[in-house]
Order: sequence, then C-alpha cells, then structure tokens
Amino acid sequence: MVERRPVLNLLAHAVLIVGVLVVAFPVWLAIVASTHPQTAFQTGLIPVWPGTNAFENYSVMLGDGLSNMGAPPLAGMLWNSMVMALVIACGKIAISITSAFAIVYFRFPFRMLAFWCIFITLMLPVEVRILPTFKVVADLGMLNSYAGLTIPLIASATATFLFRQVFLTIPDELLEASRIDGAGPLRFFRDMLIPLSRTNIAALFVILFIYGWNQYLWPLLITTDEGYYTIVAGIKRMAEAVDAIPVWNYVMAAAVMAMLPPVVVVIAMQRVFVKGLIETEK
Amino acid sequence: MKRSIFRHQFLPWVLLAPQLAVTFVFFLWPAAQAGWQSFLREDAFGLKTEFVGFGNYERLLQDDQYLNAFQVTLVFSVAVAVLALVVSLVLALAVDRMIVTARTYTTLLVWPYAVAPAIAGLLWWFIFNPTIGLLPYALEVVGVDWDHSLNGTQAMILVVVAAAWKQISYNFLFFVAGLQSIPASMREAAAIDGAGPFRRFWTITLPLLAPTSFFLLVVNTVYAMFDTLPVIDSTTEGGPAQATNILVYKVYVDGFLGLNLGSSAAQSVILMLIVVGLTVIQFRYIERRVEY
Repeated sequence: MVERRPVLNLLAHAVLIVGVLVVAFPVWLAIVASTHPQTAFQTGLIPVWPGTNAFENYSVMLGDGLSNMGAPPLAGMLWNSMVMALVIACGKIAISITSAFAIVYFRFPFRMLAFWCIFITLMLPVEVRILPTFKVVADLGMLNSYAGLTIPLIASATATFLFRQVFLTIPDELLEASRIDGAGPLRFFRDMLIPLSRTNIAALFVILFIYGWNQYLWPLLITTDEGYYTIVAGIKRMAEAVDAIPVWNYVMAAAVMAMLPPVVVVIAMQRVFVKGLIETEK
Repeated sequence: MKRSIFRHQFLPWVLLAPQLAVTFVFFLWPAAQAGWQSFLREDAFGLKTEFVGFGNYERLLQDDQYLNAFQVTLVFSVAVAVLALVVSLVLALAVDRMIVTARTYTTLLVWPYAVAPAIAGLLWWFIFNPTIGLLPYALEVVGVDWDHSLNGTQAMILVVVAAAWKQISYNFLFFVAGLQSIPASMREAAAIDGAGPFRRFWTITLPLLAPTSFFLLVVNTVYAMFDTLPVIDSTTEGGPAQATNILVYKVYVDGFLGLNLGSSAAQSVILMLIVVGLTVIQFRYIERRVEY
C-alpha cells in the first residue's frame, strides 16, 4: 500500500463484503431450499433461512432419486461424474505429457505437422462440432458407456502446450547428465521430467477435474441409459419436471451435491490451483 | 528449442499416438464431416441427399432467425464480458489494498469457478422464478413486473447475470495477478508527485493492466459465445421468441432437435471460423507480450 487512506480501506472492505455476499447468495438460497419440505415452495416466497428437512431431502435424493420424474438416485450419478472427471483429468494429463515429451525431446519427420494437429483442437470446441462428433461416437458403438463419456473429450492442446513450456525451461545439461549415467528416453522421462513437473501436474489436475465434472451437453446427448447419467446433466432432466410439480427442495439438494466435489477441490487446493490457472493460460 | 535430443525415430510416434488418434477420430474427422455436410441438403425424410454448394450458407444469411441469433450473441457476449470484467476488476482493486485479509477474501471469491455453468443457470433461474423467486418479489416493490418466460429483455438479463456470475472468479484471479505485477515503486513515485488514488488508477494502474484486460476480454468472449450453452439450456432454452437463442445453442437445436443437418453443419463451419479468428487474436497478442 502506498499511503494510509482509512476511508478508502473501509470502502474496499465494504466492496469486498458486498461482493462476497452477492457471489454467495445464489448458493446460499440453494442450500436453504434443500433443507425445507416441498410445501415451502408452493406459494409465497422462497425461504431464506434453513429449515429442518435437510436429512430427509438428501437421503431421498441419494438413495431413491425421483424415479417418477426420470431421475435416478444421486449416488449413482455422483459415481458416474466422479469416474468421468477422474478419467478425463488423468487421461488428458497422461496423453499430453507424453505428446509434449515427443515434441520437445525428439526430432522426427512431420514433427511440426503433429504439433499443428494438436494445436487445431483448440479451435474446435465440442459445442461447435457436436453433431458429427456424436455420429462418430454412435458409429463406434460408444453411446451409453464410460468410454464414450470420456475418450472424445480427452485430447488437450492446452495441457500439451503447458508441458511443452515446462520442458523447454528444463536445462539441457540435465539430459546430458542422465545420458552419461546411461538413462534412455523413457528412464529420463520417468525419473526427471515427471518429478520436475509435479506441481504443474497437480495444478492441471484441479482444472481438468473441474472441466470433466462440469461437462453438460456431451453427457446429456450420449447417455440415454440412466445407469450412465452424470449429475450435472441429470439435473436438467429433473428441473424440467419441476415446472410441473415444485419439488425445488429435491432439485436444490441435487444441485448442492453437484457443486460440492469441485468446490471442495478448488478450496482445498487453492494455492496450487491459482498458480496453475494463471500459468496454464499462457 | 532443445540442443540435446534423443535420436529415436519410432518412439516419438508411440508417445504421440494416443493424442493424435483422439484428435483425428473425434476432432478433425467430425470437423471435416461438418464441412462436407454444409454443402449438402437432405430432404425431409433423409432419403435423398444432394450437393447444393453454398446453398445452405446463402439460406442462412437470408434467414431472419439466424441473423437474429447473430445479434443476440453479440449483445449477450458484450454484456457478459463487460459485466464480468467490471465487477471482477473492482473486487481485485479492493483486494489489492488488503494485506492481512487478502487471502481470506480470495478464498471466498474463488470457488464459483468450480460451479458448472448448467448449475449457475439453475440457481439464477430459481432466484428469478416469477412466482416464488426473491428478485421478482423485490422488483415488484419498485414496480417492475418480472416474467422472463414472456419478456425477452428480462430473459436476456437473466442469462447474462447467470453467465457473468460464474466468470467473475476467473477474471478476479487474473486481475489480482496483474495488479501484483505492477511495481509498487511506480505508484509510490506518483504518490510523491501528488497524484491521489483515483488519478493513480487512471494513469498508472489501468494502462498497465491493459494486457491482462485484453487477454480477459478475448477469453470472456470465447466463454460467452461457446461455454454458456448449458446456461441457456438450463434456463430459457433460447426463448422467449428467440430472444436468448445464441449461435451455439442454435447449432445444437437445429441439428439435434430440428434435424436440419445441412443448415446445422453450415452454422458449425461459421462458428469454427469465428473461433479461429478469436484464437488468432489471442495468440498474436501473446506473442507480442513475449516480445515486451
């Protein structure tokens, strides 16, 4: 701080407190709504203070779901989301780190072509080519499967570039030293590059886990079997039913459960996440 | 580039194989399909397909609904980007003054990053619910009759607020990092010269934040144009009367629900060109920053 300005400091605190409250407000209402019985939403105003029905709402949603509205139990959907998020995060990291290794540490024909092929994926977000991609997945028989949920989303130009950037900062002497010690490429990769990029891997994991968990359109389209619904996509199907019958308590319980895992990951790994986010985006 | 490298010729292909396989099968091939389909037209039953050249594109550019979607996308993206950038800049400036509490405030502001856009839409849909929502109730007190299922402007406000809300934490983190990289000595020197806090903001902080702001502007535009599909789908579904039907949502609706393959493919191609343009802008800018 440059100088003492008590009034400005006070103002800054006020701005931040208002900001925090505004940011938290929708989630607060969702948590509150998930603790009330269904009758609280039939007339009047949504409640702003917690009720006493929390245990019942959550146990109904986790165990039984709203079967009459096409919503399977949350427990199964949470499991599917977890599988999807973990496979996408680990898969993206695994295939990107090996790609970056190949591009940085080898010279081979068509190296630049391979690099550009990966680069181009940046420009093809799934929303844009959704129909033909869906068709490819359908033709491969990957609808309603974990493979279909994860593999088409697993290529990552951003992660490849990040690892490339990290590898370029690693001094050449390290490779020469390992070579003198008799290490081949895979040994060097395992014993040098992976340990040296550990913090980047952790940061990337947080970002990619959230990316995978929050996928919406893709799981919505390629899963028609309840057994493969993910929670974020499943909520849409529930909310559609809500227009007819106001079961906001159940829908909001599902929303809270859908938010919880990624929010916990971000808060628990805040330091590495913040650093990683700002570095990943070049 | 590295001076020391390995000499293997086969191994790098093995290492690249998984990434390239996924890229070809699920990115390049479908994109090429979209490109090819955009020149074809199917009859209503999918029995006959004919090559129509740029027919689908010509039709699109004469289609009022498509031109409307362009306009809606423009309004929506600008509104989301401006709202998310201004709010997060104000919050970042406030946090930048804090010494002891900066970390706490950051934690309290950072978590919406993890909330799925679909859920963000749902949360604000709940708050704006015309019969039981809190905000319509408050607005009624000041004489506004809120019903986003009938009023296009109100529907737009709803999706803008929901989309911007989710993006604030992301922008906030980048602005905080940008502010921290401004040397304190500059602001101190200006203070000694008699510049007050507001003068310093306009003449020092804001110009030095320009690269961060520009980067965020591009990222927010991309976010608003492509990543907000779930926000739209979980709230207004493009309505009422196309008022919130942005381009990506239209591709999805026309292709999947309307089964108008040729038109949807042509829309995909136009969107890809927009992404390419935005990516080029982003990378040109990054190269420039490297030079500095």
